[in-house]
Amino acid sequence: MELRMNGSISGKSRWLTVHATLVFGFLYMPIVVLIIYSFNRDGVGGFPPQNLTLDWYRQLLQDSALWDSVVNSLIVALCAMAISIGLGLPAALALDRVSFPGKALFRRLVLLPLILPGIITGLSLLMLVVLMGLKLSLLTIILGHGTALIAVATTELFAGLQKADRAQEEASLDLGANYWQTFWRVTLPNLRLSIIGAGLLIFTLSMDEIAVSFFLIGRDNTLPLEIWSRLRRGMTPEINAVSTIIFVFSLAMIVIWYRLRVHGGEDVTDVVGTATEEIA
Amino acid sequence: MIDTNASPTALLSVRSVAKQFGKNAVLRDISLEVAEGEFLSVLGESGSGKTTLLRLIAGFEACTAGEIWMGGLRLDPLPPYKRSVNTVFQNYALFPHLSVFDNVAYGLRVRGTPAAEVKTSVEDALAKVKMSSYVQASPAKISGGQQQRVALARALVNRPKLLLLDEPLSALDANLRRQMQLELKILQREVGIAFVFVTHDQEEAMTVSDRIALLRAGELEQVATPQEIYRKPATAYVARFIGQSNLIHATVNAGIAESGGLRWPTADPDGSATYSLRPECIFATVVGAAPLNNSVCFGARVVNRIFQGAAELWQIESAGGLRLLVKTSAKNGSAEMEFAFLAEDLMRVKD
Amino acid sequence: MFSRAYKLAVSLPPMAWVFMFLLLPYGLLFLYSFWTVTPSQQIVHQWNIQNYGELLHVPVYLEVLLRSIRIALTVTLLSFLLGFPLAYIVSFHAGTRKDLLYQLVIIPLWVSYLVRAYAWKTILGSDGVFNTLLQYLHITNHPQGFLLYSPFAVVLTLTHIYTPFTFLPIYAAMEHIPRCLVEASQDLGATPRQTFWRVIVPLSIPGVIAGGTFSFVLSLGDFLAPLLVGGPSGIMISNIVVSLFGAAYNWPLGAAISICMMVLVIALLFATERLEKKWSFA
Repeated sequence: MELRMNGSISGKSRWLTVHATLVFGFLYMPIVVLIIYSFNRDGVGGFPPQNLTLDWYRQLLQDSALWDSVVNSLIVALCAMAISIGLGLPAALALDRVSFPGKALFRRLVLLPLILPGIITGLSLLMLVVLMGLKLSLLTIILGHGTALIAVATTELFAGLQKADRAQEEASLDLGANYWQTFWRVTLPNLRLSIIGAGLLIFTLSMDEIAVSFFLIGRDNTLPLEIWSRLRRGMTPEINAVSTIIFVFSLAMIVIWYRLRVHGGEDVTDVVGTATEEIA
Repeated sequence: MIDTNASPTALLSVRSVAKQFGKNAVLRDISLEVAEGEFLSVLGESGSGKTTLLRLIAGFEACTAGEIWMGGLRLDPLPPYKRSVNTVFQNYALFPHLSVFDNVAYGLRVRGTPAAEVKTSVEDALAKVKMSSYVQASPAKISGGQQQRVALARALVNRPKLLLLDEPLSALDANLRRQMQLELKILQREVGIAFVFVTHDQEEAMTVSDRIALLRAGELEQVATPQEIYRKPATAYVARFIGQSNLIHATVNAGIAESGGLRWPTADPDGSATYSLRPECIFATVVGAAPLNNSVCFGARVVNRIFQGAAELWQIESAGGLRLLVKTSAKNGSAEMEFAFLAEDLMRVKD
Repeated sequence: MFSRAYKLAVSLPPMAWVFMFLLLPYGLLFLYSFWTVTPSQQIVHQWNIQNYGELLHVPVYLEVLLRSIRIALTVTLLSFLLGFPLAYIVSFHAGTRKDLLYQLVIIPLWVSYLVRAYAWKTILGSDGVFNTLLQYLHITNHPQGFLLYSPFAVVLTLTHIYTPFTFLPIYAAMEHIPRCLVEASQDLGATPRQTFWRVIVPLSIPGVIAGGTFSFVLSLGDFLAPLLVGGPSGIMISNIVVSLFGAAYNWPLGAAISICMMVLVIALLFATERLEKKWSFA
């Protein structure tokens, strides 16, 4: 038995390895099954899968309604990113540096959409929309996503600000730059990684969002809602195929996100941990 | 397996121990013995391997080569919790979720010591380190110096055969540090346990130790008492590291060593040689006084005088271009003066 | 250090937005809960607390709420049982593979929720993968009906979704435990098992509280998993709210339930925040 330099204890008990294997199996088994059956000619169930084919993927490529919903989702996600970060950045700055009346309330209010069931946020926004007499459309969905995801941007950027060197801004002001110049030349570049990380996270969350979107949807579907409506009609491996593609895409996103963090020298657990602590 | 190789009073015997991290050889062929009740300092710069050596003895790392023996039994295959060795960590490593009492009681409790005995032992240990009134305090609320005492008590209460201390005083400010050095020395005498004390501060090592082991880049440069290591440094590195020293590069020819116009008799063989001369061994001579036997006299220009409180440090340059440091309590002096030192104060050192 | 203009520029836009699109809507929700609806599906702005009364007296709402709480508690417990040892393994026993293992746990989080819940649906159905596998192996002769469209299926799906959520804060808390404390514990004579219980567990508690709160609250308010795999017996409180805004057209009642959920969640957050503070020794 020895304690290695990185603090891990060797000579691990066999139970621990068994447990880890079981949990990882549990976490990945459904996804693996999903992927396998996306190649199954005969449907989403039944064992064993025979007649493997790429037909479902070919059908997917020609499914214009689905691709329309993908485009819609992309539009929504990008706009949501813009809103969330555009408001999350000043919010993070305010929380970090300014004391103003109602600050504690503001902080909690901003975080509420993350911890409350999404439908509540969706519902209440629906009421506002009805009150304002707006028609439901992609715009209302963008509104919903942007509002719900401000918290994600705020938490990530706040964590980034805490890690940043305050002295750099003071040096900039000392050297004669005004607040705006300091912001553009010093603060923003320092936050670059946080912004990108927040952007990736918001993008992913928005692409997958259902609860809020459920109530604010107009004529144009987002991808999850499109999949959802097909599910009501019946399950086909084409849905498996879409899911597989979504999985691969998410995998790519997270690898990029992780590499960014780690190569930016940040402690990943710190960032994620801070975010979850903030939220919880 | 009975150990027949150690000397009779050796408590700990480190034999040809080496430690490698990947391609990095942090320790090379270290052999060292620690006697019962001895206060041994392991001294070295950062990166010299001194903390690694400590961790090998404590059991947090495994030796790449070599063996460690203690009390006739092999120590190195044992995990840390089976060794009768305790450590005082550099940042104290007090358990934040336990009170001072529970921290100190920890080692006793995990061994199943009955509660009554735990209470008396802990109270004793805290009394020894003068922390009795902080029994219920939480580690977060006491100062660094106080935490350090608790860490000591926590280790000592288990009556280990050997106590390892990893630069325990380095986080304290200078005055507290000096005070703690003396307290530590007295405490060690009191409990009679052997201490292995790691530090980078040579003054500290000189103050507290019975013996000093100087590590340099993973190898032992010299192991000796403070007096010996100071007066008879084995190498130029030791001479420079311990205290201040003048290193004089001389050429020896037929029994006479010469450097920068200065000459003195020597028994060393012909060739080049390096000598160490302590600054306090050079003194300003009184004009007109007779030169002492065996002294080397020369004139020099005082280039710089640095006030150091109890004494002054002078940078002087001899006529022959030799730059030397002189430690003197003389308060007056002129730009050009006469100096002298005894030939016997010159120590030949390996380069 | 910052001028008044800076402070205003930085705090006003988010505050204005939050006021407009969060505070106001929640306020509207609150207002709605006091109104009623006529049989002809008109919303009447009559102020009364009839809706809240209805919640208490009509048994189905309370029953579904209790079921939701039960399901949420089960999910929280299971996620903890799965996630806590996993966090311990990755944090303390992973050696060089720590990064990789951490990423492996996070990846499912990033994969669409809908995708994962859908996957379970295909697995648990009578014609699903699991049932046909069992029959293929001759373990059973006919499909097990209880697997799908039951609270069991909901619990299984939600545990799958929320285990990584529970893992994260626990892992973060464990990573914050200075390794020298583990070394100190072993140095003082404690075996790895003793170290686990006496040092690692107490210092992980804030993470456990955070993770547990997270899972519980998110499971409680979940509406997708019950819709996909819950069937009639697996309906949870959010589904009732959704139907009240849809086919069962009773916005005020739906709003009332939503407000109750909000109050419950916020109260829980306050309580656990206190608890977390008490147990954190940084």
